[in-house]
Amino acid sequence: MARVVSLSELRFTWPGSPRPVLDIERLDIDRGQHLFVQGASGSGKTTLLSLLTGINQPDAGKLEVLGQDLAEMSSIRRDRFRADHLGVIFQQFNLLPFLGILDNVMLPCRFSPRRRKRAGDVGAAAHQMLDELQIADGLRTREVMQLSVGQQQRVAVARALIGNPEIVIADEPTSALDSDNRDAFIDLLFRRASEHGSTLLFVSHDRHLAAHFDHRIDLGEINRAQHEMNP
Amino acid sequence: MKLLPLAVKSAWNRRLSLSLTILSIAISIVLLLGVDQIRKEARNNFINTLSQTDLIVGARSGPINLLLYSVFRLGNATNNVSWKSYQELSSLPQVKWSIPLSLGDSHRGFRVLGTNRDYFKFYRFAGHRQLEFATGGVFDEVFDVVLGADVARKLGYSVGDRVIVSHGLVSAGFADHDDKPFSVVGILKKTGTPVDRTVHVPLEGISAIHVDWQSGARSTLRLSAVQALKMDLQPREITAFMLGLKNRIATFRVQRQINEYRAEPLLAIIPGTTLSNLWQLLGSFEMVLLAVSVLVLVAGLIGMLTTIISSLNERRREMAVLRAVGAHPHHILLLFLLETLIIVSLAMLLGIALLYLLLWGISPLLTEWIGLNLQSGALDAQQWLFLLAILSLSLVISLLPGIIAYRNSLQDGLTPRL
Repeated sequence: MARVVSLSELRFTWPGSPRPVLDIERLDIDRGQHLFVQGASGSGKTTLLSLLTGINQPDAGKLEVLGQDLAEMSSIRRDRFRADHLGVIFQQFNLLPFLGILDNVMLPCRFSPRRRKRAGDVGAAAHQMLDELQIADGLRTREVMQLSVGQQQRVAVARALIGNPEIVIADEPTSALDSDNRDAFIDLLFRRASEHGSTLLFVSHDRHLAAHFDHRIDLGEINRAQHEMNP
Repeated sequence: MKLLPLAVKSAWNRRLSLSLTILSIAISIVLLLGVDQIRKEARNNFINTLSQTDLIVGARSGPINLLLYSVFRLGNATNNVSWKSYQELSSLPQVKWSIPLSLGDSHRGFRVLGTNRDYFKFYRFAGHRQLEFATGGVFDEVFDVVLGADVARKLGYSVGDRVIVSHGLVSAGFADHDDKPFSVVGILKKTGTPVDRTVHVPLEGISAIHVDWQSGARSTLRLSAVQALKMDLQPREITAFMLGLKNRIATFRVQRQINEYRAEPLLAIIPGTTLSNLWQLLGSFEMVLLAVSVLVLVAGLIGMLTTIISSLNERRREMAVLRAVGAHPHHILLLFLLETLIIVSLAMLLGIALLYLLLWGISPLLTEWIGLNLQSGALDAQQWLFLLAILSLSLVISLLPGIIAYRNSLQDGLTPRL
């Protein structure tokens, strides 16, 4: 199965909103791709991600992730599916401030037996992930809030990748980083995603980042809901 | 249980505000359990002012009035009981023992009770406790006096001191029986009952100081103490008497017999029953106290609710992260319930510890000051029920922030809207 995401005629309206925010005719994402989804703010990027992660449900259309129709699952199954198969990286504030850095990395394994199993020795796997993401040993015992933003984002990547989920979803993960850090971060993210065999879905408003990617789509073009608003 | 460590660590991260919350709930638990403990003990102490006495007999009036003057030394008898009736009734076959009581005089604000040596033998309080002497012993002579613990302590008397009894209840120099002083032969140990505030003299002593008195005033004919001793000091009447029966089953029958006594209108009461009635009359304050402590507890729980709700916004990101790694909204709700469970359990442990510390600290003082004996035993069933109710109430209360967070996490999806 080469497709990790396949959606068609997908429409979504936020509760209380008169118009749909998302209306996409067709989008397919192949396994192992590093896909850059570009879109101005308000173009529905975050909404698309909540649909792909199964946190929100589309009003209409078909949405298959890893060959499974999310709409057919119960909400508990969807949450389990997300825990098992998806790693998510936010813009910032990715980490739980009350957990240590290692505990933050191991967090998905707490909710997903599958990823716990795939990680093997979870503690060792967490250390290995942090090694790969160049978080020095000395930093690992610190409080989350003592890390720089760049370090926090790398810890977030470690968390997204632990237990090798099939898909990594990154929502503007570099917007809080300066340009040097940003390029290094993207390189690191690409390498690790490839090594772990994860498909990467990278969402950003910043079109300059597109140069790093082989596959790009512009959400402004494929989202018909936006056309109606700005004819 | 994958959520418990998360809940614990999250709570630990906010330990300052939460520990204040825990402290305030603990204090309200101390208050609630403490008030409950004290009101039960106070009731117990009150009901146990007098025990093992089956009937108290006095001139016909109200039961509470009879109880008040015979046991609590409050108020006055409207009438007396003739010595003849006392003799007759106390020698009924069912009667095991009797204690005559003669009231009406006082000593510097403390009531004087004329009685006999049986008083010290048969009087019981707090179940089986008997009157015990701190120093000295029972009176032998007509002008001997035994003091209650408070009397001796307040007035600074010791064995051998002289005591002058006043006629009536107010000490006014002209009505002192100063020609016939008593000497202290014994001081009782503290009992926590009205006995502590009583001056005990022999019945003959009461007669002796009144031989030269007529209808409440000193007669012109004066008799010295020595002369008085030579007279017949058998009292003609007493105020009331207590009866102990051989078999308690006979109580009602003897009571009826006395109430229907032909020679004189008399009233017999069962002290335990009348004490309970009197407590019900006085005891509404305990419910007020209890209601106040329940309100304090509710305030404590609302404080907890405030603390948790005010942390909701800053925790929205936490919830979004948890959702992203696969937490179901039910997990979010559960996290809040667990947090409340942790807070309230700790508050209860702390509250119980503080309560015992406090009881241990103040119970000697309470015994000393007001004669209230606090038993710091295990919590009783009702107190456990209180704790269970507190726990359930707080879990219900914590549904509110839990549901808000649940709905937030549904609305927020992956990105908290702050």
